[in-house]
Amino acid sequence: MRADLLFDDIAGLDEALAAVDGFDAVLVGGLLRPRPAQAGGLSGLADAVAGTPLASRVAEAAEKASAGGGDEGHFVALAAARTALLGSVHDALVARVDEVTGRPVADPWAAGPDSGEERAGNLLVAARGWLCDLARTGWQGIDHELVGGAAPVVSAMLPDPALRRLATLLDGFAAELAACCPGASLERVPVRRWADLWARALLLTLPGAASGPAVGEVSGRLLPLGVDVQEHATAVQAQVHAVFEPADGGVSRLVRASVSAPKPDTVVGAGLWQGLRPHMSLLAAVGEGRAVDLDAMPLTAEGDLLWDDSRARAGEPADVFATARVALPVAAACAVSPLDRHPVRIAVPVLVEGYGVEGYGVERDGMEDARDVAGGVVLDVAGCRLRVDTDRVPAAGPLTPQAVASSGACLGLLRWDAGEFLLQPLAVERTVRKKPVAVHAGAWAGGTSDKAGARAEKAATDAVVVLRERAGKLLRK
Amino acid sequence: MGDGALSVWEKSSTVRVVPSARPRKLAKVPFVELADGRLQGVVSSGSDIGRVYVSSVAASTYAFSCSTNNNRPCGGARGSFCNHIRALVGEAVLQYGAERVARYLKVEAGESVDAPSLTSAMTAARPGAGDASAAAQVFSRFLRQLAYLELAATTAPLPEMHWFPTTGAVAA
Repeated sequence: MRADLLFDDIAGLDEALAAVDGFDAVLVGGLLRPRPAQAGGLSGLADAVAGTPLASRVAEAAEKASAGGGDEGHFVALAAARTALLGSVHDALVARVDEVTGRPVADPWAAGPDSGEERAGNLLVAARGWLCDLARTGWQGIDHELVGGAAPVVSAMLPDPALRRLATLLDGFAAELAACCPGASLERVPVRRWADLWARALLLTLPGAASGPAVGEVSGRLLPLGVDVQEHATAVQAQVHAVFEPADGGVSRLVRASVSAPKPDTVVGAGLWQGLRPHMSLLAAVGEGRAVDLDAMPLTAEGDLLWDDSRARAGEPADVFATARVALPVAAACAVSPLDRHPVRIAVPVLVEGYGVEGYGVERDGMEDARDVAGGVVLDVAGCRLRVDTDRVPAAGPLTPQAVASSGACLGLLRWDAGEFLLQPLAVERTVRKKPVAVHAGAWAGGTSDKAGARAEKAATDAVVVLRERAGKLLRK
Repeated sequence: MGDGALSVWEKSSTVRVVPSARPRKLAKVPFVELADGRLQGVVSSGSDIGRVYVSSVAASTYAFSCSTNNNRPCGGARGSFCNHIRALVGEAVLQYGAERVARYLKVEAGESVDAPSLTSAMTAARPGAGDASAAAQVFSRFLRQLAYLELAATTAPLPEMHWFPTTGAVAA
């Protein structure tokens, strides 16, 4: 791994992000009565895509929106331009990561055509209307009434699996906005984040944007690397990153298997694992450190296994660090679908070894907020300082910042946020009495005999029992 | 805001704007939220398993309200906080932390704020009865949360969840 490349400038990156920032600032004040500074942000976005097929539509949208007369079509065009810019940022970052890892780039996976299903048009229209109202009001203009408008749309969408992506996104976004109401009294705004969520949601309201992906079937051996857990108040997803070795001896691939579920906000910690466990046997295999044999498991062109327990069988024990040292370097990455090209989605498994640890609370000029919380760990990799995002490790697991700080090898996901590459640890290897001992972030995915873990499991079980009992009494009346 | 370069927080796509709830026992108070300018929630009746109370305290004024889910006023909530409201404050502190609850309710609290000090600071202001009409809405939001238990899990990927990383920081 050539870590030094992670810190080299990328041509054009700052310019692209400046155009994004300019547009994002427009959404802070809203597009109802735009001021001259906002017109500048809009035209900057239009200029940035002037050489693309979007040019004329975005130029028109910027002009209309600058005059306070933007309609839904214009807002969609602006969201598309912003998404395209961040897509280019994503591509540049991924190209850099490929240089760093030296990983082979995969041929496009030969899968069938996507399902192209069209869905519940009226709900998509309602969601689009809400998002456009947000754009007009701006983050500083949000209030409970406006934000609450998302709730009925989300409730209607959630039961439909085909609308789950948009519903889950809107649910998390609206909860966040609600917690920040009224916008007029906000001291600061998560400018890029909210613009990200807004643009993403708006594009997902377009017919076909979230249609079923192209799928083929694969058989062979799956060697898990680790689990990435994502959650907001009312949803959780666990993504297992793994190397897939086809039974036919073809090129092995980097793949993911995901399981997600809506949840009440009081289901947290070990409760997240409990909610997901029954739906993907792979979590138990990860907890036990086993490989899994796949038989005709659906795989998308993006490298996502669409998990089906009936097509999986627990296999031999497989050491994650052996997988990382032997199988990971030769596994090819899958292509990313056009809409998913966003820096936030970059999550590339890498093994980092032979580093020094700069320890906790490392001071760094200009860093602030979440970034310099005590407990921050920085790895010194051949003279380069790679920050470890220990915050992304699930609470219900044995991997702690201390374990990372005392490790000699770290298997993690290379990510990028706010202008910097970060390492999200999946597992670390420490030397205890001259023997390597691994600690996995997802060790408790399938359950645990650890004392603290078992207590967390019990508490989570009790919480769900109470909620189910309440639901039984109150919901069906 | 908006002047000059954005801070790292403002430029982050994944910054956690709302910390996730801390684990707590739910038997007594199955639902708590800081919303609509109020601390509000649902409290189980001590005597009747089929009955719950919908309780709330408004920010700034601490105007309070407590009634059953069938809209009958709570006998204890005349003049001051009933035990349901006290339990609500206690569980809100467990779920969100005392500082966040105090900030939301606009209670001037010292360094070591906890549930009892929060409650006494609010009752000392001799708050009046609040708007009971929101009870139905709070109750329906509780039911909406319960309905999440009935929704099916899926193994189709949700790429949007990359914007919502977990945070181990809630372990304590």
